[in-house]
Amino acid sequence: MTRAITDTRRAGAPLTSDTPKRRRSLSRHHRGWLLLFLAPWAIGLTVFFLYPLAATLWYSFTDFDGLATPGFVGLRNYVYLFAKDPVVATAAYNTVWLVAVLTVCRVAFALAVASVLARLKRGVGLVRTLCYLPSLVPPVAATITFVFIMAPEGPVSTVLGWLGIEGPLWFSDPALAKPALVLLTLWGSGEIMIIILAALLDVPKELHEAAQLDGAGPWSRFRNITLPSIAPVLLFAVVNTIVFALQYFTQAVVAGSVASGSTFPVGSTRVIGYPADSTLTFTARMFDEGFRAYHMGYASAMAVLLFLVSFAFTAVLIRQLRARSPEAVRS
Amino acid sequence: MTKLFRRNTIRLAASTMAAGFVLAACGGGPTEPATAEPPPNRPVTITVWSNFADRELEALREVMRRFDESQPNISVEVSGNQDDDKITQAIRGGIPPDVAISSASYHVGLYCSSGAWQDLGPYLERDEVDLSRIPQAVRNYTQYQGTRCSMPMLADTFGLYYNKELFAKAGIDRPPRTMSELTDYAKRLTEFNPDGSIKVAGFVPRMFFYQNYPTVWAPQWGADWVDKKGKSSLATDPAWQRMLRWQKELTDYYGWERLQRFTSKLGLYSSADQGFQTGEIAMVFDGEYRTAFLADQAPDVNYGTAPAPVADDRRNTYGGGYITGSTVGIPRGANQPGAAWEAIKYLSTNTEAQLHLANEFGNVPSTLDAAKHPDLEADERFQTFLDIFTSPHLATSPPTPNGLASIKTVESFLQSWQAGQVDDLPAELADLDQAIDDAKELGRR
Repeated sequence: MTRAITDTRRAGAPLTSDTPKRRRSLSRHHRGWLLLFLAPWAIGLTVFFLYPLAATLWYSFTDFDGLATPGFVGLRNYVYLFAKDPVVATAAYNTVWLVAVLTVCRVAFALAVASVLARLKRGVGLVRTLCYLPSLVPPVAATITFVFIMAPEGPVSTVLGWLGIEGPLWFSDPALAKPALVLLTLWGSGEIMIIILAALLDVPKELHEAAQLDGAGPWSRFRNITLPSIAPVLLFAVVNTIVFALQYFTQAVVAGSVASGSTFPVGSTRVIGYPADSTLTFTARMFDEGFRAYHMGYASAMAVLLFLVSFAFTAVLIRQLRARSPEAVRS
Repeated sequence: MTKLFRRNTIRLAASTMAAGFVLAACGGGPTEPATAEPPPNRPVTITVWSNFADRELEALREVMRRFDESQPNISVEVSGNQDDDKITQAIRGGIPPDVAISSASYHVGLYCSSGAWQDLGPYLERDEVDLSRIPQAVRNYTQYQGTRCSMPMLADTFGLYYNKELFAKAGIDRPPRTMSELTDYAKRLTEFNPDGSIKVAGFVPRMFFYQNYPTVWAPQWGADWVDKKGKSSLATDPAWQRMLRWQKELTDYYGWERLQRFTSKLGLYSSADQGFQTGEIAMVFDGEYRTAFLADQAPDVNYGTAPAPVADDRRNTYGGGYITGSTVGIPRGANQPGAAWEAIKYLSTNTEAQLHLANEFGNVPSTLDAAKHPDLEADERFQTFLDIFTSPHLATSPPTPNGLASIKTVESFLQSWQAGQVDDLPAELADLDQAIDDAKELGRR
């Protein structure tokens, strides 16, 4: 960059004592352009990330209700969060459960589907499209459909009935509501599947052929060639799924509300956490506190905690990602 | 370059954070002056926001057009699809409408306590508005601790719907009036399939199913949400335990899992295949607006309506029921509060306006004059809800500054209770009271 700036002097111009000054001036001039070109990004970052982040942090120490002037209350919201909230522990447990189970299942499922697609010889385009399509369905519509498909007299239970198995209650059973949400999420994991498929197709075929000639079996080739080659993409899928699971909201709230068969007298159709708080996620609890109880200050404290946890997860995983990147592996 | 970039980024972030703190700290603002005269001899335009759409929005526009004609210096602009979130954001942004209509009464506690909606007390006093034309329960849900920041626009009353054909088949000739009768009828009306599953449920006692909310049930049992000190009284008011034990006993009669399987296959509350409309449920609690649903979606169902039954020891209160409804107020920062008040007064107290809105919406009006007016379109089944409205035993739940916070806490508990996961009901209710009171402290200033 410095070289480019010094090279802007006229050809053949003598190197005089004012060159450093001129360089500084040009550098300043260049910096101005740099900042101008960076401005859209900087404004976006400031307005849509840094300001909301700062505001959330401030509100978490206030009694803000969304309307009145917030008053400073010290650590009251954090004390309530860690010592008094009767259901936040359940919400945190549900979210951690989803992070653990969804991360493993979603990445493994997407990898399995992508592996099959990578081997298909005919109808690749059609099958790939069919596998990707569910991820385009709006989450609310997909969830409502899933609840009815898995209802006791729905198609899934009917098929199970033909096999002599009584279909479980799925979204109405506290023990099965979260696994049912996992199934719903797997059905819509086309985006991750496509990314992994692209990585799989990028693995050099020569490596596989050479290993095959050396007598390596399918599992050995997958473990020693495919997996290391797609490791960065898998790690990205893991990070993506962890953040997705930490923010899991729409499907949980819609499934709980539809399965409960409820509508609130004043028109709201949300029974958050049904059945027995088994689908109450951390973000759902945050929404409940912020927008139904008007404890915006407390919801902000929850958001700060969620941000810190997400940040920690992401930071650790990105370090892992860097350590496994091709450049790091080569060095 | 990288260092320069990092240093600048850090500076930018730090200054933005600082600016953010300052801006965030500047949120909210002082409450508006309470009284303002409508501008004399000067044309003004007021904005009216509501969450109504389609036919309901047109009905509101028509009423506002009539108001417009009666007030030569006031023009009205009506906007629909403006829910409470948008109204709240507009108030915070300093660009609120002059008149805000909320379809949910549970916001009133927040609006009044925060000053987001202006105190209408001085206007009511100046214009000598006779509030006794509005039932006490309606007056209760439109104010908070003596601050009247809203007026009622229309109301929803809740009663019992029953299927006359299923009643005749079971040899029952009138709707139940007590909870014992409801239990007896529910069992007589219930039909099981050969495999033991429920074919027709006399009454579904599951909480949060359709309109089975503690807010709707509590008045029938005389259960109070708070004691005289304003503390949660779920453990100290014995009516709550009586209500919950009755609910659990009827749930156990069906069997929790059997009931879950039955309700899982029923249609959504607002859909045409809603359980009562398909004849799979013989009795349900619901609002007066179900009559419009039935007329539109299931006109062949032969049904009747009645006040919801009451606890056996409260027979003398039969005829009342739960009530809630739309509320209307002047947001803080409104440009034309004086003219806005004239519109609010018209919407909430003018009998002609109330009649037009009630007839178009299929709701109960919120003044006694309108509810008793011969021009109100009411058949025998809708009349039940007008009778509930005029009953001295009409009841509501008290507004709180934290909206539905206690509802969520109760929701969580009831889900465990009806699934048989609660051993010591009094102790659990005491814990629940503590949790509700703790949550109230969160909003304390």
